Amino acid sequence: MSGPVIDVRDLRTHLVTGWGTVKAVDGVSFTVAEGETLGLVGESGSGKSMTCLSLLRLVPRPAARILGGQILLDGEDLLAKSEAEMRKIRGRRIGMILQDPMSSLNPVFSIGMQVREPVALYHGLRGSALAARAAELLAAVRIPSPAERLRAFPHQLSGGMRQRVVGAMAIAAPPRLLIADEPTTSLDLTIQAQYLGLLEELQERHRLALVFVTHNLGIVARICDRVAVMYAGRIVEMGPVRRLFTRPAHPYTRALLESIPRLGARAARLTAIEGQPPDLARLAPGCAFAPRCPSVMERCRVEAPPETVVEAGHVTRCWLEGGPEVGAPSGGTPA
Amino acid sequence: MPAEPGTLALPDVAVPAAPARRALRPPGFPFAIIGLFVLAAVVAPLLGLPDPHAQSLRDRFKPPAWEEAGSWKHPLGTDRLGRDLLSRIVWGSRVSLAAGVLTVLVASAFGAAVGLTAGYYGGRVDAVLMRATDATMSFPVILLALILAVTVGPSFTNVVTAIAVILWARYARVIRGQVLTLMHLDFVAQARIAGAGAWRIITRHLLPNTLGTLLVLVTLQIGYVIIVEASLSFLGAGIPPPTPAWGSMIAEGRDVVTRAWWVSLFPGLAILLVVLAFNLLGDWLRDTFDPKLRQL
Repeated sequence: MSGPVIDVRDLRTHLVTGWGTVKAVDGVSFTVAEGETLGLVGESGSGKSMTCLSLLRLVPRPAARILGGQILLDGEDLLAKSEAEMRKIRGRRIGMILQDPMSSLNPVFSIGMQVREPVALYHGLRGSALAARAAELLAAVRIPSPAERLRAFPHQLSGGMRQRVVGAMAIAAPPRLLIADEPTTSLDLTIQAQYLGLLEELQERHRLALVFVTHNLGIVARICDRVAVMYAGRIVEMGPVRRLFTRPAHPYTRALLESIPRLGARAARLTAIEGQPPDLARLAPGCAFAPRCPSVMERCRVEAPPETVVEAGHVTRCWLEGGPEVGAPSGGTPA
Repeated sequence: MPAEPGTLALPDVAVPAAPARRALRPPGFPFAIIGLFVLAAVVAPLLGLPDPHAQSLRDRFKPPAWEEAGSWKHPLGTDRLGRDLLSRIVWGSRVSLAAGVLTVLVASAFGAAVGLTAGYYGGRVDAVLMRATDATMSFPVILLALILAVTVGPSFTNVVTAIAVILWARYARVIRGQVLTLMHLDFVAQARIAGAGAWRIITRHLLPNTLGTLLVLVTLQIGYVIIVEASLSFLGAGIPPPTPAWGSMIAEGRDVVTRAWWVSLFPGLAILLVVLAFNLLGDWLRDTFDPKLRQL
């Protein structure tokens, strides 16, 4: 299949609240190809989850509204589809795994019933064929003794196992695009590693496009091919993982990398990013990161930087990199 | 599970999320009482009791068997028209229990539907439904039943209707509250993500998780409904004579309470026992299912 699986162009999702309009997703564009993993990184409130919900058109109404842009799934614009058409797409062509394993499964039904449901719905199987397929799915997510596990109930499984079951349900179709919204955040480290390995395996087997939302750069390094860094509803930098880690263009990305404690380094104070994330209902004009940027210039406070190309496949929104006239830096040195 | 190079392969132990619930001792008393009355109500025709309608002016106001003037032909005595009290109580239990169960079933079905809809859709739908619920809850049941009795005439159907038409609001409120908490849980979001529509989410994910609460509420309300029905019959707006109903039996004995005390006492005791049993059963169910339901 030529062309990316998902092509998001200038997506805008706003939340109308009593405190003002929050620009949760403010002109986000990215693509993910078949078999590729895009990491979506950012602090809480940066717009990562809202972006994912927007892809599925499941933003919390009535406050949230997708205002503009295009979401092309295999060339079809999802924003032009009716709700009935979207319901056919959800689960079948786009899957999503959520963060909290403790509440992702319905407590009153057995695992078998819950895994069978999407299979019956998407493939029309019944009876023993259905049960066999459900057991296959559990085996695919590496759950031991899958046939017996079908009879178990969610409260009998640990968090890691539940996430695997949720994963099994997500790939039941299998979908073209899988969105994983911090699926390992609630798991302990060893289980995290196993789960990531599982995701990679599933991605390879089904040629999934994978969007992996996380705030953990370690995970990004492990499993992502490309990464998009989000801040205040915008993607401030996006490019291949290697590149971003070794030659980050945006001061925010640099600050994130610097704040990771390193083994073996002398025990010194941890580097943190000064200041607080901005109030999305009252964004100042100019670059959203300006108040906290160590390399801020006058221009940054006045005009929001457009997306500029640093190198093929690597873009950023920063006046340090682009624009015809770059003003004298008022602090720090440009990359 | 095979170990990945460089990682520890720890077995994935299935740890139960909640400690196994210590099952409270099933309450003997409520089960026994309810069982007794239900059984009596069901097999009443087979018990070989005297006809509850059979009048015998010769046998009026016979006291219970253990009294001096009493006999075992009428173990609990007779009433104003010589009808056997025990038989009337047994047959009356059919009416009371049927009214109780039927009313509660209708009210809970409708109320749960309203609560589920309001909780799921939220927004204006929720606002409208809840205002309707509030308005309904504020209307007095007895008054409505009296109005019906006066306009349409007293009957079993009217009793059930009058009570159910107001009782559903209680269910709607409680179920809506539960649905609101359920909506935050991820499995509802996952269902939407998988492409489930409103009907599927409500029936498959929300409703089954509210059944526990519903069951507790239903059990606690049966007692209330029985009392209301008895009150209505007492006032003459309930089950019309000659059908034996506990409430009207109490009313009939009202004038002779000092002389023929048994005529009012035994139906009253029956109501007391049955309502108490249902309440205790409801308490036990509530404690077994979830101590958090304590505000019910």
